[in-house]
Amino acid sequence: MRILIAGDGKVGATLTRQLSAEGHDLILIDSNQAVLESSEEQYDVLTVRGNCASMSVLREAGVQRADLLIAATSTDEMNLLCCLTAHGLNPALSTIARIRDPEYLGQVSEMRELFGLSLAVNPEKQAALEISRLIEYPGFLKRDTFAKSRSEIVELRLDADSRLCGLALSQLPHTLHCQVLVCAVLRDGCAVMPGGDFVLRAEDRIFVTADAENLSLLLKNLGVLPRRARRALIAGGGRVGYYLAQKLLTQGVGVKVVERSAARCEEFARLLPEADVLHGDASSRTLLESEGLGRSDALVTLTGMDELNIILSLYGIGRGVPQVITKLGRAENLQMLSGLHLGSVVCPKELCCSTIVRYVRAMQNQVGAALTVHSIADGQAEAVEFLADGTTLHCGEPLRSIRLRPNVLIAGIARGAQTEIPNGSSCFYSGDTLIVVTGRETVLRGLNDIFN
Amino acid sequence: MNYKMVGRIVALTLLVEAAFLLPPLALCLADGEGGVALAFLASIGVILLAAGALWLLSRGRRPGFYAREGLVCVALCWVAMSLLGCLPFVFSGQIPNYIDALFEIVSGFTTTGSSILPEVESLSRGILYWRSFSHWLGGMGVLVFLLALVPLASRSEGYALHLMRAESPGPSVGKLVPRLKQTAAILYGIYFLLTVLNVAFLLAGGMPWFDALCTAYGTAGTGGFATRNDSMASFSPYLQNVCTVFMMLFGVNFGCYYLLLLRRFADFFGDEEVRLYFGIAAGSTVLIALNLRGRYATVEETVRHAAFQVSSIMTTTGFASTDFDRWPSFSKSILLCLMIVGACAGSTGGGLKCSRVLLLGKTLRRDLLQLLHPRRVQAVRINGRAVDERIVAQTNAYLAVYVLIAAVSFMLISLDGFSLTTNFSAVLSCFNNIGPGLDSVGPAANFGGYSALSKLVLIFDMLAGRLEIFPMLALFSPTAWRRG
Repeated sequence: MRILIAGDGKVGATLTRQLSAEGHDLILIDSNQAVLESSEEQYDVLTVRGNCASMSVLREAGVQRADLLIAATSTDEMNLLCCLTAHGLNPALSTIARIRDPEYLGQVSEMRELFGLSLAVNPEKQAALEISRLIEYPGFLKRDTFAKSRSEIVELRLDADSRLCGLALSQLPHTLHCQVLVCAVLRDGCAVMPGGDFVLRAEDRIFVTADAENLSLLLKNLGVLPRRARRALIAGGGRVGYYLAQKLLTQGVGVKVVERSAARCEEFARLLPEADVLHGDASSRTLLESEGLGRSDALVTLTGMDELNIILSLYGIGRGVPQVITKLGRAENLQMLSGLHLGSVVCPKELCCSTIVRYVRAMQNQVGAALTVHSIADGQAEAVEFLADGTTLHCGEPLRSIRLRPNVLIAGIARGAQTEIPNGSSCFYSGDTLIVVTGRETVLRGLNDIFN
Repeated sequence: MNYKMVGRIVALTLLVEAAFLLPPLALCLADGEGGVALAFLASIGVILLAAGALWLLSRGRRPGFYAREGLVCVALCWVAMSLLGCLPFVFSGQIPNYIDALFEIVSGFTTTGSSILPEVESLSRGILYWRSFSHWLGGMGVLVFLLALVPLASRSEGYALHLMRAESPGPSVGKLVPRLKQTAAILYGIYFLLTVLNVAFLLAGGMPWFDALCTAYGTAGTGGFATRNDSMASFSPYLQNVCTVFMMLFGVNFGCYYLLLLRRFADFFGDEEVRLYFGIAAGSTVLIALNLRGRYATVEETVRHAAFQVSSIMTTTGFASTDFDRWPSFSKSILLCLMIVGACAGSTGGGLKCSRVLLLGKTLRRDLLQLLHPRRVQAVRINGRAVDERIVAQTNAYLAVYVLIAAVSFMLISLDGFSLTTNFSAVLSCFNNIGPGLDSVGPAANFGGYSALSKLVLIFDMLAGRLEIFPMLALFSPTAWRRG
């Protein structure tokens, strides 16, 4: 597809990397020549310099022949105007705008209709949702949902005292008294697709397929005590903080927000009267201690500085907070942090990009193409969701008789409201949703690619 | 410096070269010239050996390819291609001296067309074909050809752009479509089509097919190697006019032809560079024709020769329909100036390029106005768009380096004792990739009289002129070779 990306910032650059790797023709529009040049040198894309809401710039970028416009500049109004103008020039164009001002939040769906947007993305809102989902089940570092949220792949770190250490994977069902499938293990920074004789050990990060409804059972069986969070401390009262506090309050979790700017504190207190808003510096140890950091069930660090977030999270972990979640503005930093035990890390821009990439994939609407793709194990493996249909090979055959490509694993079969954790005798039928886990170097273009 | 990556690309370039040595080999076999065919076969063998060695050495290469690698890689590709491409001349004994053979093939690849051969008609047809075909390959660039064929980078990476930037002429090289491979394919597609059209027109005028093919190669690459000793003089007026038109066509920015394909006619005809290019050509033709009046029998002949020489020199082709060295001084001076102006950026022609002349002129005007009104703020605009100040600065720097290299080369070749006109026009002719100069290197003479040192200087000039100086200079920069 021919895709225009307006705004070559962090989201724009991440989208460029992903969409260009998927073989789309990309045209980037930005007013800053330097960022355009760096994108042009890194990726095989065309760049146009100028104001992305200007008709002549849009024409120069070939809006008439484009299939999709993604507006991801820093201001909502610019994104909307860009989409509107482009839509006027090419009514057949699909448009995606990033809209993130909380004041527009209530009217996003109306705006979508009014302005003909195909999709409106809000990275901060998404991040807040993601964080609240993590707080819902303490113990999981990351949750990826599949099959319309009916099944998930969750990430866990094995502590030294975990009952799973020293067990081979084939022994797991026996020990845990439930069906578990470990689809990937991250050990010493490398992702492994384990076989039945793989022995787990402390410090492994494991990725487990689970039915969405049995998450607490799974936690219990894994020996992690599922304890509902009752008090959460949020450092930083920005947009993510606001959305998160709102969400947590509706879930009945007590929220304390520490924010440095007095004006922002007042606004926060006005918008969310139930939250405890504290005016002060989150990096001050005495403030955190006096506000009961040690007794909190969760610490979420959402300040504007990645460095501060990381330091605060490490401090929180040291103080024994059961669940610590860090927000990172720059996803690239994630790789540099692989040696630290940071707890969960959430990156709003990555989340926003994966939503858009998923939308683009759905737009292509190819038969047998992936429905969703989630990158797991620090980006070293991918969990891909496929819909089996009439053209799919090996329907109705037990898995043990099907030869899959190396480094490919069927991690879940979702049928109706149920997710089956597959074993050798499981089979899939047309209409089922399959969750497939692969190493990153294996490119799956369709479901039939997984067979050898 | 990522040596292995560079090595792999040089190896690929050599493979392309070896492949293009096959047609002349076939031609020799068809003509029953076993000795020359053997020379081609041996050359292909040597090139394949070199490519194979580089291929093996470049195993286990890692990614990481930046502007530095791009510049050095392009320069190395051209040097390697030239060093090995001249082997057929040496092995066949038709140009036994290695330096002479190197001069000849560099002149071919850089689309210069300067020759050290006093006469060409006795040469084997295979050799003549290879000489002319080197123009075609060098015109659009062998790396652009490679980019159109082979995915040099994995599908998402953009670093191959560095290669295209370093090889394609012009102050700012951009893509036509988002994908580099497609851009390269479009450029070569237009190039190929125009060449076919040129051959068809030449054949229609009764030119033998071998001459038509070679002449079209020379015209398309704006090279200038001809199959006859008197270049184009002995061909019919029709054929000369066909050449005039096609030389002009190949001097136009190929990006502009893409505008035509997109039916953006207004953009094409409104393009300031294209207008300047045709304007200068028309103006010079009128001035020379006036200056030449009475010298030829008819007005038609006068205009024909004036137009032919103007388009030949301005597009830096270097064909001649008459010995313009005998023209009056004013006409020769105009031709010398046209040598420097050159063709459009993004064409196969050489020289300073019309877009640079345009930019320099506009910058000059702005700077003068700024002297008169020191607080005046004004951007240099081309085609209604403000030009980035960095490009303006780069263009000024380019002119400075251009003058410097021309001056140094001029002094170095003056050691051989030829006249000032000879030396001056020889440097301009080689540096701007034209071909013939004036006086002792005029259209009826050749470069054979220069010493080996001068030939090496001119070889450097030709390569520097074709690659727009900086890639060749990068070869001499120690920081470019540093590891890591």
